[in-house]
Amino acid sequence: MSTTAVTSPIDEVKSTPWSGGKEPFSVEYGKMMMWFFLLSDAFTFSSLLIAYGALRFSATAWPAADHIFQSVPLTSIEHGAPLVFVGIMTFILILSSVTMVLGVEAGHRGAKKEVAGWLVATVIGGFMFLGCQALEWSHLFHEGFGWGKIPPAEELKHFFAHGVEPSAVYTQQFANLFFTITGFHGFHVFTGVVINVIILINVLAGTYERRGSYLMVEKVGLYWHFVDLVWVFVFTFFYLV
Amino acid sequence: MSDIKHTELHHEDHGDHAGMTRGKIWQVFFILLGITVIEFFVALYMVPKDIILINIANPIYIILTLLKAFYIVAYFMHLKFEKVGLIYSILVPTLFIIGLILVLTNESHHWVDVLR
Repeated sequence: MSTTAVTSPIDEVKSTPWSGGKEPFSVEYGKMMMWFFLLSDAFTFSSLLIAYGALRFSATAWPAADHIFQSVPLTSIEHGAPLVFVGIMTFILILSSVTMVLGVEAGHRGAKKEVAGWLVATVIGGFMFLGCQALEWSHLFHEGFGWGKIPPAEELKHFFAHGVEPSAVYTQQFANLFFTITGFHGFHVFTGVVINVIILINVLAGTYERRGSYLMVEKVGLYWHFVDLVWVFVFTFFYLV
Repeated sequence: MSDIKHTELHHEDHGDHAGMTRGKIWQVFFILLGITVIEFFVALYMVPKDIILINIANPIYIILTLLKAFYIVAYFMHLKFEKVGLIYSILVPTLFIIGLILVLTNESHHWVDVLR
């Protein structure tokens, strides 16, 4: 019905997101809730990392990361390879994020087998990361670090930069924070892998094919990317800064 | 004549997903890889050889990490392609985190004084 009369603004049919009659964010409930959960989890991790930063930079001495993380587990390299292993771990996790995104993209095309394939790759990446983290922890345990444990006094000097007076108190703080924060992150990786396996089973069973949408893959993908994102920050704060 | 959309489980109704193609995905991966390589180069070459001082290197790491975070959140998590309201819902509270970082960094300087 065309009209040449001018409609007053109050009668205009508006189509902006907040004009009523539609979802302002145009996003499914579960996806929005996942975003809000991730925001809350970001606050939790930020609190832990900021606490680490505040304690570390108010300390008079702090172990040097490139002195502590010198070995590459599963190889014969015991010393002289600073940050190599954590670089491998970071690469594995970022790669698993890429396979996750590729799975989501395949889901948009309804390509069930491809989605399953990429999810399998993501799960494998997740397990590899967890394995690496376990090796890293085990290596540190062997050196004498733990919650409430540090190597004997005469070995502490190896973990401090030249000219820095070794400190048992701050080494212990470092160890406690390291295991707590990487442990909390590792727990998230583990739950992420478990969730991914469950969704993978559903993909293979055809649940999302019947539903007509692979949105669930996208939602757990958000959680997986968050896990990767946190690792990027943990890696920077513990190993680089 | 209701405009109310019911929450149908068809992805066409929920945002435009045309953003990420396979090509773009791998492109973002290589960007992330490149930034990580730069961080390692700074940490393992430039800092030990004193080309960059550690107190310049630290802000560099943090900026590069924030850049990685931007790429992951915007492209992998698809936030860039969502409605602007959702983007702000996530971004604005993150500013509180930045505020907390600044406040506690300042605070930690005072702790040093007390400990000394």
